[in-house]
Amino acid sequence: MKLHIDSERCQGHGRCYDLAPDLFGDDDEGFGQVLGDGVVPADRVRDARLAVANCPERAIDLDEEN
Amino acid sequence: MTVDDRFARDFRETRDEEPLGTRNEIITGPVADWATDFSHLEPEWAADPYRIQDDLRQRCPIAHTDRFGGGWLPTRYEDVAAVAYDTERFSSRSIIMGNFRPPLDVAPIGGSPPISSDPPFHHDARKLLLPAFTKTAVARQEPATRAFCHALIDAFQGGDVVDAARDYAQHIPMRVIADMLGFPPEDGPRFREFVENTLEGVNLPPDERIARMTKLFDYLLAQVHDHLDNPREDLTTYLINAELYGHKLEADHVAGTMALLLIAGIDTTWSAIGASLWHLARNPADRERLVAEPGLLPTAMEEFLRAYAPVTMARLVKQDMHWHGADMKADDWILLSFPAANRDPAQFEQADDVVIDREVNRHAAFGLGIHRCVGSHLARMELRVALEVWLERIPEFSLDDPSGVTWSAGQIRGPRSLPLRIG
Repeated sequence: MKLHIDSERCQGHGRCYDLAPDLFGDDDEGFGQVLGDGVVPADRVRDARLAVANCPERAIDLDEEN
Repeated sequence: MTVDDRFARDFRETRDEEPLGTRNEIITGPVADWATDFSHLEPEWAADPYRIQDDLRQRCPIAHTDRFGGGWLPTRYEDVAAVAYDTERFSSRSIIMGNFRPPLDVAPIGGSPPISSDPPFHHDARKLLLPAFTKTAVARQEPATRAFCHALIDAFQGGDVVDAARDYAQHIPMRVIADMLGFPPEDGPRFREFVENTLEGVNLPPDERIARMTKLFDYLLAQVHDHLDNPREDLTTYLINAELYGHKLEADHVAGTMALLLIAGIDTTWSAIGASLWHLARNPADRERLVAEPGLLPTAMEEFLRAYAPVTMARLVKQDMHWHGADMKADDWILLSFPAANRDPAQFEQADDVVIDREVNRHAAFGLGIHRCVGSHLARMELRVALEVWLERIPEFSLDDPSGVTWSAGQIRGPRSLPLRIG
């Protein structure tokens, strides 16, 4: 499973890096960034889904097939 | 000696040269039908806007009013989101719905950039502010904020009844934003006056409203001069020196952004802290659970932000159009109620219940789209610290006199008087 942030949609609410700080970080302007290669470890899947479900802009995609 | 020509003149001189805009008749008094005559400035709305909005969502769902020269109130999440995202059809050139519309040519900058700005200028004005308001940047304010919250509670001196809105909630954002702008901390009472004049003085006669706004800009000009003479590490000095397109900012841009940070930084967070304490005072099970499980606070806080979202914005319709069933005219207002969106049952399960362990909470308290509240990370830090310190120091409290609770009218809603019995 792999995470992706649509930077056109992200407005820097920061819910992803609040809820899953080991999967997301912020840049110098507060926009969300996927950490590393975005591949979600098996034990972090719940946090990844929580971040996706709480993004006010629906900017996070969790690709289940990668 | 001040040597920056941009600030040599009074703001009122430069502002007087601006085109006048349009004024409409001021209509106040009881609302006949909320679907056709709504007003967010009447006491019934201030006391409980949720019942009104829930009713409108079922039967309209976009209400209209002839007050304020004409305006619309969408109440479904879907419609609020659509307006927030559509900067082509809806302008931010005024974001306070009242009896005055600034002239068209103030766009795309507006009086208080970037909240009053439209694309493409908006992006560049906002970019100047973002680095100072990231989660990492605002974390630097946390130790001082925590110490200040403790000092406010120390000052209660063990009293049985305190006004948590007046003696606690309001002071926290005032002190934090004064520190960030580099204003004297003892000027807090003046900030309260500026906030009330800007956001609650909407239905005052024009001359009085202008006179009150002039006081705010006179104050800001004095602060600019002080910072020109004594530059320091704060947002005022930063804005004075900031550049856009190879030039320093216009004086009106500097002052407008300072006004925005001062006004928007205060009563919004004051309202969020107060509404959260109001909820906990009335719901002992939630209060006891948060005292026992402090780790739940960040989740509970998002629920307080959803259910008691303090901020409603406004937009102006750019051109006549038929939109989602409404015949909108150019320059009609849109009252953009994030609180109404946050209680839409089509978007949230148990929308009218406060569920403090709600895990999926895609609320819109800080707005949606390009105008997402630039201070949201600061607000969340202040709200979390204010509630953490309160619950640690005062784990048991209740409403002393429910009829003594008063709420602000207008676009920012929160308790202005909140008498709590301690213990």
